[in-house]
Order: sequence, then C-alpha cells, then structure tokens
Amino acid sequence: MSGPGDILLSIRGLQKAFGGLVAVRDLSFDIPQGKILGLIGPNGSGKTTVLNLVTAEFAPDRGTILFKDRDIVGAKSFEVCRMRIARTFQLVRVLPHMTTRENVMLGRMFGSAPTVPAHAAKEADALLDRVGLKPRAGMFASQLTYIDQKRLELARALAAHPELLLLDEWLAGLNPTELKIGIDLVRQIGREGITIVMIEHVMEAIRALCHRVVVMNAGERIAEGTPDSVLSDPQVIQAYLGGSDAAA
Amino acid sequence: MILFEVFLGGLLLGGMYGLIALGLNLQYGVARILNLSYGEFFMGGAFTAFFTIMLWKLNPLLSLFVSLPIAFVINWLIYQYLMIPLVRRAADQDALDADVVLVTFGLFFVFQGLALVNWSGDLRGYSFLSSPVHLVGATVAFNRLFAFLAACALAFALFLVLRYTRFGTALRAMTIDPVAASLVGIDVRKFSALAFAAGGALAAASGMLVSTFISFSSTIGVEYTLKALIVVILAGVGRVTGTLAAGLVLGVVESVGGYLVDPQLTIAINFGLFMLVLLLRPTGLFTRA
Amino acid sequence: MLELLRRNWGISALTALGAGLLALVPLFGSNYVLSLFIVLYANVALATAWAFFSGATRYISLATAAFFGVGIYTLAILHVYVSIPLAVVGAAIVGFLVALVVGLSTLRLRGVYFVVFTFGLTELVHQVLNWWEIKINKTVSRYIFTDVSNVNIYETLLAVTLITIVGSWYVSQIRLGFALRAIGEDETVARHTGVNTTRVKILCFALSASVMALVGAVLALRYPYIDASIAFNNTWSFQVLIAALLGGAGRAWGPAMGAVPLVLLSEYLAGSFPHHFSIALGLCFVVIVYFLPGGITRLIERFLHSLKAARAGMGGHG
Ligand SMILES: Nc1ncnc2c1ncn2[C@@H]1O[C@H](COP(=O)(O)OP(=O)(O)OP(=O)(O)O)[C@@H](O)[C@H]1O
Ligand SMILES: [Mg+2]
Repeated sequence: MSGPGDILLSIRGLQKAFGGLVAVRDLSFDIPQGKILGLIGPNGSGKTTVLNLVTAEFAPDRGTILFKDRDIVGAKSFEVCRMRIARTFQLVRVLPHMTTRENVMLGRMFGSAPTVPAHAAKEADALLDRVGLKPRAGMFASQLTYIDQKRLELARALAAHPELLLLDEWLAGLNPTELKIGIDLVRQIGREGITIVMIEHVMEAIRALCHRVVVMNAGERIAEGTPDSVLSDPQVIQAYLGGSDAAA
Repeated sequence: MILFEVFLGGLLLGGMYGLIALGLNLQYGVARILNLSYGEFFMGGAFTAFFTIMLWKLNPLLSLFVSLPIAFVINWLIYQYLMIPLVRRAADQDALDADVVLVTFGLFFVFQGLALVNWSGDLRGYSFLSSPVHLVGATVAFNRLFAFLAACALAFALFLVLRYTRFGTALRAMTIDPVAASLVGIDVRKFSALAFAAGGALAAASGMLVSTFISFSSTIGVEYTLKALIVVILAGVGRVTGTLAAGLVLGVVESVGGYLVDPQLTIAINFGLFMLVLLLRPTGLFTRA
Repeated sequence: MLELLRRNWGISALTALGAGLLALVPLFGSNYVLSLFIVLYANVALATAWAFFSGATRYISLATAAFFGVGIYTLAILHVYVSIPLAVVGAAIVGFLVALVVGLSTLRLRGVYFVVFTFGLTELVHQVLNWWEIKINKTVSRYIFTDVSNVNIYETLLAVTLITIVGSWYVSQIRLGFALRAIGEDETVARHTGVNTTRVKILCFALSASVMALVGAVLALRYPYIDASIAFNNTWSFQVLIAALLGGAGRAWGPAMGAVPLVLLSEYLAGSFPHHFSIALGLCFVVIVYFLPGGITRLIERFLHSLKAARAGMGGHG
C-alpha cells in the first residue's frame, strides 16, 4: 500500500509517434501520492496523447509507465481502469441514450470493485448530488447541457473509486462562476487523497490547484516546477507566445 | 499455356470488376455513402441493353443513352432526398453507417422486387460482338476485349477528370477531408450529390458492357454490389487507379483460383480474399500505411 | 433474479399467463395454425436473439442465416448418431463455438465493414458447404428421419422463444446488459470505465448465435430433407433484422412485436406474391429508418406516456 509522499505514477522515457509525427518524445515525470499535477503546453504539444498512453488507448513506442511501482505498459484500457486509474475526455463523451444515473452506475459497476446495478445506483445518486446533477439523474445524458455533461463525466470517473484521476481540460469552457465551483470541486477531490493529473489551459486553475506543473512543447518536457516558477519561465512564455490561451 | 489463357481471362474479367467498382468507389469515397443498392443499377443497365437489342433490334450500345441519364437522375434523387436527411441527423459516422446500410438495403429489396415483378426472374442473355479474336496466343471473345478496353478508357477518363478539372479537384479534396473542403468554399452537398449520381451512372454503364458476355437475371444485382465492394475495400476508399488494379487482382485470383481449385468455389475464393484483406489490411491493399 | 421478478411482478404474471395459454394452443388449433405458430416462434426467437447482441451493441450482424444454417446442418448430421434432444443441444453448442471463432476474428471491425463481413460469411459458408457436399460426400441434400410430431416441435419452440425473451430481459437488468449497451453507445468509454469489451462482445455474440443454431435445429425437424440453399438462405438474416428493428431492438418484447406482423404479412404475400413481399420488406427498412427509429415499442411507450399525461391533466382539472 502506498502512503502520502510515495511516488504513485512514474513516467520514464515515454515516446509515441503517429506516422512521422512524434507526439510524445522521451518524456519523464513523477507524481507523488495525493498531489495535483498540472500538465500544460500549447495546442498539439502531446498532452492528451500522454493521457491516452497512460490509459492504454495507445501503446507507447518506448518507455515505462510505473503505477505503484508496477509497469502498466501492455495492460488493456479496462485493466488500467480496474487498477484505479480513471479519466475524463477532452471532447466530452457521455453515453447519450443512457440516463445520467446509468452513466455513473457504469463507472461504478465495472471499476476496481465491481458491484450489482442496485448498489451502484445508490452510489451513483450520491455522486450526482456531489457534482450538482441530482435533479437530472433520470434525464438522458444527451439532453444535458455541455457543462452538465462535463460534470457527469467527472462523476462517472469518480464512481470507479480512482486513486489516480486524469482530467483532460475538464475546466475548459466554464464561465467564471462555474469555474470557481469547478476549482473547488477538484480541490475537494484532491483533499480526499485522490491523486490528480490535470491537463489545463486555464492558468488561473493551475495556479489555484496544482502542486507541480509539467510543461510540454512539441512532445517534449520543457519545464517542470511549482506553478509560479514555471509560469514565469521565459522558455515557457516563448512556447506559449501567440497562443491566446496563455493570457487566461 | 492453359494457365496463361486462364490468367488472361482473369485480367479481362478483372478489368470489368474494376469498372464495376469505380462507380461504387466514387459514391463511397466522395459522398461517404455505402450504397448497397448499387448493383441494381448494374442490373438495370444490363436489362436496358437487353431490351434494346431484343425488342427494338438496335445496337445495345445505344441503350446507354437511356440507362445512363436514368441511373444518374435516380441516384441524384436518392442522395438528395433520402441520404441528406440521414447525414443531417447522424450524430457520428457509425450512426450514419447504420442508417445508410438499412435504407440502401431497403432500396435493394425494392428495386429487385420491382424487377422481379416486371421482368420475372428468368436468366437473360444475348449475343453481341461475340466473334473470337486472337490475343498473344490465346483466344478470347471480342466482346470481352471490347468491354475491357472500354473499362480502361472510362477509368482513364475518370482519372483525367479527377486530376485536371476543378470539379475533380473538389472531389479529391472531399475524399481526403470533407470538413476542410467545405472550409475552402467547396459546396460539399452539391458535389457529393453529383458524385453519387455519376457513380450510379457508371454502374449502369458497366452493367451494359458486362451484359454483352454474361447471362443475367433480376436478382444479379447483389452479387455485383458485393464484388464491387470487395474491390473497393481491396483498393482503398476513393482511389481510381487502385480500383482498377484491385479489380485486376480479384479477376485473376478468381480465374486462376477457380481453375486450380474448383470453378464452383469462385465466390468462396472472392470472399476469402475479401475477408483476409478486411482483417489484415482494412485500409486497402493499394494505400500507403 | 427473485428480486427482479418481485419488482416486475405485473409483466411477469402476464408473461406466465400468456405462456400458459399459448402452451394450450395444440389442444384446439389445426395443423395449419400450429405450423403458423411455429414459424412465428422461430422468427420471434431469432429476432430476440439478434437484438440481444446487435440491438444493444449496434454491431449490425447479417450472419443470422449462417448460424441458423449451422444449426440445421449440425442436426442433420448428428441425428443419425444420437437422440434428437441431444442433437438439438449439440447444434446450440456448435453454434456457440462457431460464433466464438468468428467473433474473435471479426468483432474488431466496426460499422459497414462488420455488416458486409457477416453478410459475406453466410455466402462463404453456403458455397463451401455446397461444394463439400457435392465433391466430397457426392450428395446434394441430406434427409432428416424423425417422427417428432408438430405438437412437440411447437412446445419446444415455445419454450425456446420464452426462454430467449426472458433471458434477454434478465441480462438487460444485470451488469452484462449494461456493458452491452455501453458498448453500443461508446465503445471507447466502455473500455475506459473497466468493461472488458472484447470478452463481453464475444460472449454475447456466441450466446445469440447459439439460440439461432438451436432454432435452426428445431425447425430442421420439420424438413424432410435439407441442402445448403435451404439452410443458408440470406432472407432469414434480413427478415430477422427487420423484425427486430420494426419492433424495437431496445426492449425485450420489441423484436416479438415486430416479428408477428412481419410473419403474418409474409404468410399473406409469400404464397401468391413472393416478389411483393420483397418490396414490402424493402419499404419496411425505409419506413423504420425515417419514421420509426425506436420501433413499434417506442411508439406504444409514447402513446402510453401521453395517455398518462392526459389523465394526469384531467385529474388536475376535475
Ligand atoms: N490518433 C492520432 N493519430 C494521429 N495523430 C494524432 C493522434 N492523436 C494525436 N495526434 C497528433 O499528435 C499531436 C499531439 O496531439 P495531442 O492531442 O496529444 O495534443 P494536445 O497537447 O492534447 O493538444 P490540445 O491542447 O489541442 O488538446 C498532434 O499533432 C495530433 O495531431
Ligand atoms: Mg488535448
């Protein structure tokens, strides 16, 4: 069992190319148990690909991914989920013709501690309450607004009882009020001891939440450190130059 | 020597398969609609030729003046009024595919049923240009050679159109990326409808050409839809020269395989090849990885 | 299971009552009525089995005829050596195993490719078997020697059909059913939420195929002889697909609701106007896609819903 302070996820020399394009190049970083790590970088710098490699959507060309000191390269996506690594998707993916509740139940039923539908439904309701979706539990997921679908994705990921939660621009597209609520929610999840890797363009959220930040550019890690030190690094500013998101 | 004749026969046959598949690949490559009623237009073209020579005692080539416009218009209507609503409402390509498969299968049943009601299920055939010619030591019927050459000419013409006209450039752009094509001002719907209609007309043309040397019936369509589909998948979606090449491969494999194993197994050989490609190289034989 | 029954006692009681009544049909019905019911049950069972896998996952399979034919042939071969019940069970097992092999190789194809592949599969098996029989066995057809009565066939198929419907409903209530639906909705999400998608797909595909083979085997008992064209007739694949979608593939009772009218229509048309049936079938496809996306069951549910709403409205006023 890993305790606070131990390294939960350790990525070493990770590499992935699509045809001639190297999306992730010789990437290494660690994340200690219970911390929130920000993964930032301009569009197309390979952030989502890192997430996809960790969750075995793609197999890496090279490198190791150690989760609790165990190399998980080669495991299937569903096995990764059962090891208690849950994720959300950059382009929201809900199951449109299933109800909000059923979407969350799914996360609970097949995750690390499989359970029967009746039991999963109870837990789903509790989670929906937490993300503020309780009143829409019976609606089809396709009928939810964009923001609510994002909340639903988070609830579904949490339902799997993750130790490591991977958020891909989960805070993107929220208005200031929603952003504040969202940041509080992520902070709360972090306080419960769930380790989080968050890809984010909203620097305000990065500053507010992350203990450490890894900056990627063109597939490579170009900086790592605390939010403040990293965001004032000239190399990082250079990489973001022209990227409108940097101002946010 | 016999094997060579078989091989040559396979090449001629393969040219036809290439031609038959060209229209389907135009439809699927450009309009992204897999038309499972495609073979019915092939059947229609064959029947028009048959009636032209048998009823009206005219040269069957003249039937093209009737069957091409009809097939063109019907296919245009299908795209415009049946497919566009589906494209509009589809959430993703998967959902669209499911709807399209059902509707075009439905059309296949309707067209085939209509043909059966009106023309019965009897086997038809006629003789046209069937004198033998000698070709590098082998003997083939002239109509086969003629059809083969016509197929090559049509494929070449299509290739030129796609390469050197604005229309063709637009179609090629749409094959690669419909979204980007619409962004640079190409009217994707209009061109899709035209490509779809042209594909249907090609089906009718190939039906006419093939009818000169095979016998056919109202139920022949589905067999040629499947053959065309096999060729398209072998070739890779949206490729003209690849389509012709894949047609040749299929023709030769079918002829030589049938000769070496058993002529009764040609369909099995076809499907065997098809399934192998589908499983091992789903993007097609003639595509870069 | 008991818990599920208790929560759905109304429909369970109705099903049991209906089954009881149907089981009595042979006491009153003529041979013609019996035969009609047998065809009905076969279609309902096939459509339900189809919807169990294809309806939920949206992997549209046209291999129904292939598995159905495998069942017929297995029975024709086995019944010479073993008792009929054993041969029928054997057919289901063979269907299951064949589907396992097919599933392992094909279920990573999606969309159109899967459809065409399964369609081609039937043709392939048909041709190869035909060739095998003629070239190797030197026969065209196989004779089936049984003295199984129509009543026995009727009761067996009724049982198979009921078990298929109830089984498919039961699965829809447990984890496996959720997994199947999730695969149909978004396979990537299903994978990332811990569903072993490959295993679920292959298992359910094989389960559905084993029912198809079972139905084929039971129906084969009525044929004096069979050949490859009888056994592997693609019409089955299409008719079953249409029945399931017409009724509504998302509900346990849906396929039955579609199969019944379709069979009656085909009974009516097939004898005197066989080609018109093909046209009607084709139009069914089109109508379903444009006007009945959820099938008849969705229509009924909507109707009941609006009825309830209307009654609630009246209560408010009165
Ligand atoms: N499945 C794929 N096939 C081919 N190329 C891909 C694939 N996924 C990503 N890429 C390419 O890899 C590169 C990195 O993409 P990635 O999605 O990881 O970037 P990102 O950092 O998440 O960008 P954004 O901020 O826009 O989400 C891009 O050039 C992208 O086009
Ligand atoms: Mg991204």
